[in-house]
Amino acid sequence: MKQQVTITVNGTTHTNEVEPRLLLVHYLRDVLDLTGTHVGCDTSQCGACTIEMNGSAVKSCTVLAVQADGAEITTIEGLAKGGELHPIQEGFWEMHGLQCGFCTPGMIMTSVNLLKNNPHPTEAEIRHGLEGNLCRCTGYQNIVKAIQYAADKMSAEPAAAGDD
Amino acid sequence: MVASSPFGSSIKRREDPRLITGAGHYTDDVRLPGMLSMAILRSPHAHARIVNIDTSAAKAMPGVVAIYTGADLVDLVAPVPCAWQPKNSDIKVPEYRPLAVDTVRYVGDGVAAVVAENRYMAEDAAAAINVQYDTLPVVVHQLDAMKDGAPQLYDSVPNNVAFHFHLEGGDVDAAFQKADLTFKQRLVNQRLIPNAMETRGAVASYQRGSNELTLWCTTQNPHIVRFLMSLCTNIPETQIRVLSQDIGGGFGSKIAMQAGEMIASVISKDLLRPIKWMEDRSENYVSTTHGRDHVDDVEVAAMKDGRVVGLKVTAYANMGAYLSTAAPGVPTWLFTVTQSGAYDIPNVASDVYGVLTNTTATDAYRGAGRPEATYLIERVMDLVAKKLNLDPTEVRRKNFIPSDAFPYSIASGAIAYDSGDYDKTLDRALEMIDYAALRKEQEQARAEGRLFGVGFSTYIEVCGLAPSAAAGAMGFGGGLYESAVVRVHPTGKVTVLTGINPQGQGEGTTFAQLLNGELGVPVEDIEIVWGDTDRIPMGWGTYGSRSTAVGGSALVFAARKVRDKMMKIGAHLLEVSPEEVVFDQGSVHVKGAPDQVKSFGEIALAAYTAWNMPEGVTPGLDESYFFDPVSNTFPFGAHVCVVEIDKDSGKADVRRYVAVDDVGNVINPMIVDGQIHGGIAQGLAQAVLETAVYDDNGQLLSGTMMDYAIPKASSFPNYELDRTVTPCPFNPMGLKGVGEAGTIASTPAIMNAIVDALSPLGVEHFDMPASPQRIWQLVHEQKGN
Amino acid sequence: MYPSAFDYFRPSSVDEVVKLLQENPEGKIIAGGHSLLPMMKLRLAAPASLIDIGRVPGLDGIRSDNGGVAFGARTTYDQIIKSDVVQQTLPVAAEAAGVVGDIQVRNRGTIGGSIAHADPAADFPAVLLALDAKVNATGPNGQRTIGIDDFFVDMFTTSLEPEEIVTEISVAKPAAKTGMAYEKFSHPASGYAIVGVAASVTLGNDGNVSAARIAITGAGPIAVRANGTESALVGQAPTAENVKAAAQKASDGMTFLGDIHAGEEYRAHLTRVFTERAINKAVERAQG
Ligand SMILES: Cc1cc2nc3c(=O)[nH]c(=O)nc-3n(C[C@H](O)[C@H](O)[C@H](O)COP(=O)(O)OP(=O)(O)OC[C@H]3O[C@@H](n4cnc5c(N)ncnc54)[C@H](O)[C@@H]3O)c2cc1C
Ligand code: FES
Ligand code: FES
Repeated sequence: MKQQVTITVNGTTHTNEVEPRLLLVHYLRDVLDLTGTHVGCDTSQCGACTIEMNGSAVKSCTVLAVQADGAEITTIEGLAKGGELHPIQEGFWEMHGLQCGFCTPGMIMTSVNLLKNNPHPTEAEIRHGLEGNLCRCTGYQNIVKAIQYAADKMSAEPAAAGDD
Repeated sequence: MVASSPFGSSIKRREDPRLITGAGHYTDDVRLPGMLSMAILRSPHAHARIVNIDTSAAKAMPGVVAIYTGADLVDLVAPVPCAWQPKNSDIKVPEYRPLAVDTVRYVGDGVAAVVAENRYMAEDAAAAINVQYDTLPVVVHQLDAMKDGAPQLYDSVPNNVAFHFHLEGGDVDAAFQKADLTFKQRLVNQRLIPNAMETRGAVASYQRGSNELTLWCTTQNPHIVRFLMSLCTNIPETQIRVLSQDIGGGFGSKIAMQAGEMIASVISKDLLRPIKWMEDRSENYVSTTHGRDHVDDVEVAAMKDGRVVGLKVTAYANMGAYLSTAAPGVPTWLFTVTQSGAYDIPNVASDVYGVLTNTTATDAYRGAGRPEATYLIERVMDLVAKKLNLDPTEVRRKNFIPSDAFPYSIASGAIAYDSGDYDKTLDRALEMIDYAALRKEQEQARAEGRLFGVGFSTYIEVCGLAPSAAAGAMGFGGGLYESAVVRVHPTGKVTVLTGINPQGQGEGTTFAQLLNGELGVPVEDIEIVWGDTDRIPMGWGTYGSRSTAVGGSALVFAARKVRDKMMKIGAHLLEVSPEEVVFDQGSVHVKGAPDQVKSFGEIALAAYTAWNMPEGVTPGLDESYFFDPVSNTFPFGAHVCVVEIDKDSGKADVRRYVAVDDVGNVINPMIVDGQIHGGIAQGLAQAVLETAVYDDNGQLLSGTMMDYAIPKASSFPNYELDRTVTPCPFNPMGLKGVGEAGTIASTPAIMNAIVDALSPLGVEHFDMPASPQRIWQLVHEQKGN
Repeated sequence: MYPSAFDYFRPSSVDEVVKLLQENPEGKIIAGGHSLLPMMKLRLAAPASLIDIGRVPGLDGIRSDNGGVAFGARTTYDQIIKSDVVQQTLPVAAEAAGVVGDIQVRNRGTIGGSIAHADPAADFPAVLLALDAKVNATGPNGQRTIGIDDFFVDMFTTSLEPEEIVTEISVAKPAAKTGMAYEKFSHPASGYAIVGVAASVTLGNDGNVSAARIAITGAGPIAVRANGTESALVGQAPTAENVKAAAQKASDGMTFLGDIHAGEEYRAHLTRVFTERAINKAVERAQG
């Protein structure tokens, strides 16, 4: 029995009929064709699928599309505003926080929440904050630096910080 | 035109803007009209006869288009090929069908492929297929598999030994006779799961009419896929286009031909519909190749002063249930030629047994053979130091190949190292770590009853996998040269086509820097293209840290051909002879007269309009080059790891990690550091976190990401890096390669540190992984004594 | 990665939830879904229907309750961490919530779901045991309150009836001079507890331990109180030696699980080690 859902993604509202079992990540990727959100595991470990839902980072592989009915969602595609990179995206670029880039959308979306919770994290707090995101390429050192870069930049220009 | 990114500068990566905004294009992102999803039903048993497969209920389910069993595929596709059949061995290659025909030989062996409107439906139908199995006895460990009476995987492979390989040099027996110290040690290099964050997968689309197969896949080597796919499916190479652009990590696990991509291809041809197949992660854990899994028996002959004079190695490599594409080359050639490491060991003998078991096949995994060898020799250096009561750095220095001995031929003569200065990296590492102070700190810690250890790894690596003649001599079924095309367009923009196929290593940037260095074209004007067999000349792909040393060199030579031609055209336009002009930052001017100049763009346009060409010079600016180096490259370095162990939980924490690497000349230090970081983390993880575990029935106990521990952000601290530079003399830029260095070095560095930390308890060696539980057991046993 | 099909219901009241549970015996409640969906994705669970309580009013929020704290069943870990009431009255709940999973899991996983699921490696079962929580549930026969000591029955099994829903979990105001702590040894892959120990220690005016509740999760099939340790502590001065001696009893009589990362013996050992650590920290806080 299909269900109707209305979900606002990156500012655009979509109404679709979906099977209740459809995972939000498949809704984003296969129904809306937003393929920036990735799937890296089947046990909710890797965080590659992380998006922002109603202001919080969530693993979109562990949410049903029907649970997200009515939600406001931001995916990696919607993070840069007006063609300007979000400071975290900029940090990943500046600090070489990515290699293959597969984990990166999820890393960035988690980092948005991490810095919202804690705008001035220590290195240890950043590392703990990334517990739900796995990267096989970078060894995380430059990801930590990327987030530090963004934290510095966002506290210097508070306007960028409140953006979700 | 001004050089905007000199060779050696840390410019930001050009690939990133797409990837950080979600605009990457990975295989799973491919969407085609009419595309179907494929799910593969896999064997739950490690060894069983298939009695019957009943697909009738499944076929009737909604959305199901077709179901294929192994028998259905026999006429459509040949067995999965094994393309490295080592010389010096008696290899027997058993037949591996993409879907099992009457016997399954490991948990995860494909049994049926279901094609449906979407993956949910395909999974529903796969669950409804009824397979009757007659289970057979199972063997998972290589030493068990070799025993008389062990379950046999194939009638054609007696005692499950697929090959025995032998390599030796010097007089090993004599060395053991004259040695002051001889000892034996068994070293286990456990099985690992590569865990590229993107699983393997493919989208195959066979076009009726043009009879063309387009295959998007997550491969490190699209040309090898095209070549082997053509052989296995009888679709001519001219009709196969393999595309592999953004790849979510490879680490060796995307070199081999995958049954899944072969199945998707032939089903697409059969149904004339595009087929997508992406592994789930748990599926990836059984269906994509694993790495390592050696038992190595080492015998060492050393003199009192620490000099190692002889080494005998008998290695038992677990190949899994069949021989994967490059697998036999890994424990044979790649393992044995680096066995003596950075050390001048004149007498070395190696025997390697490749053994088939009821497990997932093994193949290359970051480092492929070289980490196993490095672990072995670096543990040996520490054991020698321990037994002779010498400092581990002194033993290493005693044995280092002197810097004036290059090119240095290893004992067997199979390979010669290009260049090196091993003392220099060790000196620098000791300086960074402040060795004297560190040993004092350790004394202090030990006095307080703390477990504090220091470990070294002064590794070398064979990189830049090449040359082709060597590949042939080693039984590799292909070449190892690399290709490049430099295509200057009429507007002065440049397209580079390269046969390598990166998975995040940054060649989209470093190759532009290389080209900028040669032609002065701003990097913004350069496009680096890979991963499309229709556009790119034959190349062998990205693995073995070969892309920059071999593929980058091909690019440099192609660029130099372009430059020579531009000088001819420029001189002609300036009405002087080619000897009278210089090529300077992209433009051509008359020697001593920089104002008599033709810009890069002017020459490019002139080359294409061809109104006024010098005599004998053809129109266009489009040059290709196939570079086959005369030798491999041999990066090296010294890594130092400091650990402290929590006695209560057994957890070993890395306190400091210093890495001094010499990868020859460096194009982009930021990217090189990134490769080292990731490599170190992966190597450390082998030592303390990762292990693929099977039970006696061949069930993979570490079968999901909830069980198999790859490093998280909090696993290890920041690494402290530095470099020395010893250029490689065999390629134009003096590059050595860096992709695997960190991984190769760090596993023994941390294991040596952990053993050092535990040495007050009398521990001389124990096998990886040094998990908290394992360390606690050692501490606990000691307390009990 | 692809759950089996199910019917989906989205009730708007607790009564409706109960009714749906009655009508769908093969159905399951879904709250945050962070225990249920991972099992469904691997098809280890395939409920015929899901009853989504995500929008049922009255299950949300944290309130101060007679000096204690009441958590709506749908309270997420993130809400616990960010709650002023929790920070003031029951900081250990925030401390424990902070080591559950990761940021994303904490944004979705709920306290009600955690205890209803009764995963042997979950953190909150131990925390709520140490805090002597009360579980309010509603079923066909109306509301009832279940003491936490009577709640966990076995692995993935509680004393909830199949047609009951957890609505609230409450914790009484801690006695004066009570210190609490949660210490966890995480699984290197899943992040769940290999061993987690929650301790609540109350000191009398003489500075000796007057009451203690110690609970252990992860190590065995079900979160349990460490009765031997508790009784060994009460009446004693909380010295390092006494704590150590009491913690030695933590593993007495327990059943242990084993996996590739931690066998039974090691878990028994970690149980003692982390019990000692948790008690010491709790004592320090009680003295603080
Ligand atoms: C990657 C990952 C890591 C995790 N790490 C940890 C960890 O370290 N520690 C830890 O403790 N947990 C961990 N969890 C589990 C997580 O905390 C759980 O999601 C949570 O505890 C359960 O809450 P939920 O709302 O998600 O429950 P759901 O998954 O929605 O439900 C779980 C079960 O409880 C039932 N249920 C839910 N709510 C109610 C209710 N109100 N009344 C009756 N029955 C109900 C459901 O029917 C279902 O059977 C992790 C989860 C993931 C995905
Ligand atoms: S895909 Fe969602 S956590 Fe891995
Ligand atoms: S950049 Fe490749 S997984 Fe993180």
